[in-house]
Amino acid sequence: MMTTESTPVTRAADPPRLRPVVAIVERYLTLYRRLWQASVFSSFILPILFLVSIGIGVGGYVGSVEGVDYLSWIVPGVLVSTAFQICVGESTYPVLGDFKWVRAYHAMRAAPVSPKDIVHGHLIYMIFRVELAIAAFLLVVVFFDGLHSPWALATVPICALLTAAVVTPVAAFAASIESDSYFALLFRFVVIPATLFSGVFFPVEQLPAAIRPVAYASPVWHAVELSRAATLGRAPGWPILVHVGYLLLWAVVGLIAARRVFARRLED
Amino acid sequence: MADQSLIFARGLVKRFGDFTAVDGIDLDVAPGEAFGFLGPNGAGKSSTMRMIGCVSRPTAGQLRILGMDPVRDGTRIRARLGVCPQLDNLDPDLSVRENLTTYARYFGVSRAEARTRADELLEFVQLSDRANGKVEPLSGGMKRRLTIARAMVNDPDLVLLDEPTTGLDPQARHLVWERLFRLKQRGTTLVLTTHYMDEAEQLCDRLVVMDGGKIVAEGSPRSLIQNYSTAEVVELRFADGLDSNAQYAAKLDGIGERVDPLPDRVLLYADDGDEAVAEVHRRGLTPASVLVRRSTLEDVFLHLTGRTLVD
Ligand SMILES: Nc1ncnc2c1ncn2[C@@H]1O[C@H](COP(=O)(O)OP(=O)(O)O)[C@@H](O)[C@H]1O
Ligand SMILES: [Mg+2]
Repeated sequence: MMTTESTPVTRAADPPRLRPVVAIVERYLTLYRRLWQASVFSSFILPILFLVSIGIGVGGYVGSVEGVDYLSWIVPGVLVSTAFQICVGESTYPVLGDFKWVRAYHAMRAAPVSPKDIVHGHLIYMIFRVELAIAAFLLVVVFFDGLHSPWALATVPICALLTAAVVTPVAAFAASIESDSYFALLFRFVVIPATLFSGVFFPVEQLPAAIRPVAYASPVWHAVELSRAATLGRAPGWPILVHVGYLLLWAVVGLIAARRVFARRLED
Repeated sequence: MADQSLIFARGLVKRFGDFTAVDGIDLDVAPGEAFGFLGPNGAGKSSTMRMIGCVSRPTAGQLRILGMDPVRDGTRIRARLGVCPQLDNLDPDLSVRENLTTYARYFGVSRAEARTRADELLEFVQLSDRANGKVEPLSGGMKRRLTIARAMVNDPDLVLLDEPTTGLDPQARHLVWERLFRLKQRGTTLVLTTHYMDEAEQLCDRLVVMDGGKIVAEGSPRSLIQNYSTAEVVELRFADGLDSNAQYAAKLDGIGERVDPLPDRVLLYADDGDEAVAEVHRRGLTPASVLVRRSTLEDVFLHLTGRTLVD
């Protein structure tokens, strides 16, 4: 029979701020270790099927776009939109669920973990998840001869930046609603347009001039532009700093919003 | 006194908008005590517990936990608390053991230590055979025990239990009580809320009776019964009860110390129940059923508030 006295727990007297964030990331990784199989299809197999069917199938009709074969042209698009889908998927239902049904965030909050730590831990885990998926994707794409420059490695930090730009505002949104029916609005009016009109499948110049600003406003387009420049080994149409700066802006504003909303919801 | 109190509150208030959930309460909980909040739903127990747990900011009043200020030192205080909330918030996709090891990490317990600790605690709450199983199929009582084990992963100085056995069947409740009793015997300071008077009587050295955000009485279960009730209570049910209980109460006037007509029965408070029953019969009254029992905290609550604890 156990006695609580037998193992006195050693605790750091004054915990460094990083420690709870690491613990949150560990919790997500433990969950992921149990549930990863479920995500293999959507975050790895599906993008590859997309690439094969659209890149090679549709590409046969399209021929070349902006001077490269269509497959090579859409590789960065599919890459970024995969990252985007993972970010949205993991920041909507799972976040609302951890507030509302699982109440895991309340459990964390009762421990010496702050709402900020929770937001940061979730973001770090998301970057890990996205990088894992895009690493697998890039590896496969090499065999399709879809990468044309060592700059393709730059997609790793680009996708990390996109993750920060997407996860934080979406998590803030998820933390601010009571019913999951709001997600339908998010998917219909934000996620689908952001996927369709962000230069993933065709250049935004094809869009009517009136719709083009939708693309420019979408963080997805900026990440696609940067990634396409990287995998094709050429300079993007706009200055790199503008793209990076715009993504950073989303990340910073999103982070501030997420910290606030998480804190408000956990403090009542 | 205040310096040694693990919980010290004066005029503690919690408002939600215009609504006052906790209405100026004073508390002193000493180390090693098992302290209870007894009150019906909506009394303000959980709101108080959440302020003590440093996850809800007091609206007004003074509050010190472990000698510290919950607003300024919340993180440091929570590091030394164990919390079993009213609503279970276990991770359903993690295994039973992972629920403990993951939680221990939030407190900065090392991985190796978290594993040892988890195994000891699972043993303690009698869930060792479920260690690698999922949380979902556990019964309500098992989940509750797991949540209690989780509250112990950091070897807390103060354990907060919000309605630890609400919704459990009698057998499961007794198992939980038995584990909590062991914690208490070890000198762990327990603070619990309940609307079960038997739970309060069994586990609490001292308790406050709460109603409408206020503390209406305070003391040990025994002293509360002594002060606010009689040693025994006679429950009388009349065949034509319901509407006529008030009239019967008038006829019973003067027997024992107090007569209390309820919708379904009349209560007679008397130190000698049998003597009171004899007097009822002498007055020519013929209740359909007569029950003489010892006084409980339920009677105390009824006397203080005019209402029953569980509706
Ligand atoms: N977050 C909240 N917002 C508004 N009202 C609340 C909130 N939490 C509790 N209350 C109200 O405060 C009162 C006391 O609730 P609570 O402390 O949960 O009581 P108990 O735990 O004794 O049942 C209830 O009337 C409840 O509806
Ligand atoms: Mg409650």
